[in-house]
Amino acid sequence: MEDTGTDARKTPMSSTLTSTELRTSGATAGTPAALWGLMAEFDSPAAIMEAAKQTHGDGYRWFDCHVPFPVHGLDRAMGIRPTILPILVFLGGLTGFGAGIVLQWFTNASAFDFWALVGVRGYPFLISGKPAISGPAWIPVIFELTILLSALGAAGWMLLLNGLPRLYHPTLRHPKFARATDDRFFLVIEARDPRFTRAKTEAFMRSLSPLSIETLED
Amino acid sequence: MSAAHRHAVDSNSPSVRLGPIAQQVAKAAFAVAGIALAISVIIAVAGLFGTTAKGAFKSWMVAFLYVLSICLGALFFTMIQHAVRAGWSVTVRRIAESIAANLLWLWVLFLPVFILVLIDRGGVLFPWLKPEYMATDAIIQHKMAYLNKGFFLLRAVFFFAVWAGFAWFFWSSSVRQDESGDVALTHRMQRLAPLGLLAFALTLTFAAFDWAMSLEPHWFSTIFGVYFFAVSCCGFGASMCIALWFLGRRGKLLNEVTSEHMQDVGKFLFGFGIVFHAYIGFSQFMLIWYANIPEETGWYLARTLGPWKPFMWALLICHFAVPFLLLISRHAKRNRTFIAAVAVFLLVVQFLDIYLLVMPAISGADLASAVSYPALAARAASGDLDLGFHPGLIDLTCVLGALSLLVGLTARRLGQVPLVPVRDPRLPEALAFENM
Repeated sequence: MEDTGTDARKTPMSSTLTSTELRTSGATAGTPAALWGLMAEFDSPAAIMEAAKQTHGDGYRWFDCHVPFPVHGLDRAMGIRPTILPILVFLGGLTGFGAGIVLQWFTNASAFDFWALVGVRGYPFLISGKPAISGPAWIPVIFELTILLSALGAAGWMLLLNGLPRLYHPTLRHPKFARATDDRFFLVIEARDPRFTRAKTEAFMRSLSPLSIETLED
Repeated sequence: MSAAHRHAVDSNSPSVRLGPIAQQVAKAAFAVAGIALAISVIIAVAGLFGTTAKGAFKSWMVAFLYVLSICLGALFFTMIQHAVRAGWSVTVRRIAESIAANLLWLWVLFLPVFILVLIDRGGVLFPWLKPEYMATDAIIQHKMAYLNKGFFLLRAVFFFAVWAGFAWFFWSSSVRQDESGDVALTHRMQRLAPLGLLAFALTLTFAAFDWAMSLEPHWFSTIFGVYFFAVSCCGFGASMCIALWFLGRRGKLLNEVTSEHMQDVGKFLFGFGIVFHAYIGFSQFMLIWYANIPEETGWYLARTLGPWKPFMWALLICHFAVPFLLLISRHAKRNRTFIAAVAVFLLVVQFLDIYLLVMPAISGADLASAVSYPALAARAASGDLDLGFHPGLIDLTCVLGALSLLVGLTARRLGQVPLVPVRDPRLPEALAFENM
């Protein structure tokens, strides 16, 4: 997800600082930090499921749930649309399929040169009497390249679509958040959500009856 | 997870009881089976349409292997679920168990072949049982330690005993659990499943060698058994999809088997029946094509020359390319009607697949006298070469009869029990199953 840097994140104070000062300053230096979002804490999958449903129903879109194990049906409760990853993987496979054909056609069945950083030349070679273009012999390479590019595509696009690798996330600074890998379920509404205002969102969160509501700063 | 999921199934609920449907299906199926088998016998005995004894027995072999593959696939599915202690599959397992239970009587369909060999007429079907071959053919003489009448019949008895034993064990244990709810039964099935899988792999491999590969006794392929295993998975996976669609149409198992289960059954059909099948089929072909050794290529020459060539292409396109693209999406697998339609198509193609295993043949003399591939291809194109291409009505009536018998007896068996193992300890897990 792209960080659009909407105005909700910036305080008037920080906007007057130069970028260098921004980096060196921070909460410890006494500068009021930017509000990044509000975090509600729950203690059961059923509770966060219900909270996610209501948050989506209330119109929030920039929110996320952090849970210690996969909670089936949470995606649907949050109103997350199905990923386009399968289509990208299929296209990756098609690319591998085509690349396998072109690679073998050029190396085994063509005789022209071209320059790609170094000179490259197709070199037809008679192997056990097989024709230069011979389908069955090409299938293994085509198959493997199809698998390779599908797999690399799946992993690569998954990282890219998730905005990974990402070494820092504002939730990680909150001491309570460590329990997201243990026994707590957190729902975070980000300040960049168009519906977000500190007071209203906090009131809404309170209506979800969480264990606690925390403030996240960037 | 959510409260919407039920945690138990009432064994008397109409959604898990076939009720009168069982008898309706069985009656219709037995009628079709009776008519089809009667027509087959008339064609074979009267020799209509130029049907020879060899042709009739080969047609029967196709039909027998067709229903056998479906039942063996079902037995494999049942055992693998226990071996890995699968939770999701509990609600569809009863259907697999009931199809596999047909292995208790399937030996009856093998009797014609068994008796043929027993009365020393096996040469009609198996060239290696012809006395003149045994006397003169050096290759067959070397294989006679394995390919001989007594051992062949003994193996057949052994295969059916093993399959019937395991099919009965898993069926009866599961049905007994419906009454007692005894978890010890599950433990015993789990303990025996790996042993069953081992026995299954060996018996299926050698049965495929005996009943399909030895039809051309000079030829050999070590991967042949694996190919027949893939055929079995395809046959069973497709049958399961059609059964679930049919039951759904009659209002059965709609809450017990959701689109989540359909997706996983679809994965089994897609993975084993389509992709793995093509992978094994191509692996066998490519090594023989590449090495190009005369003693191995004969089998493929018979299948890629003359009238068979378009059928081999049809197999590649209809058994792999088309269903692969149709079923690759999860939406396709989750749609009961769509996947059942593809499954019907696959069951038709499976007939072609087994037909191509059994029917094409090229004589050793024709192979030995061929001077070059183009010369052989020219002879095949002119129709001068007998490649075993004699399609006839009896091919269809045999398979229709055998398949109808299978459907009728499965329906009758299923009519006596709940459609899901109602007291399986993992039933709640299956009812709550979600892919993601």
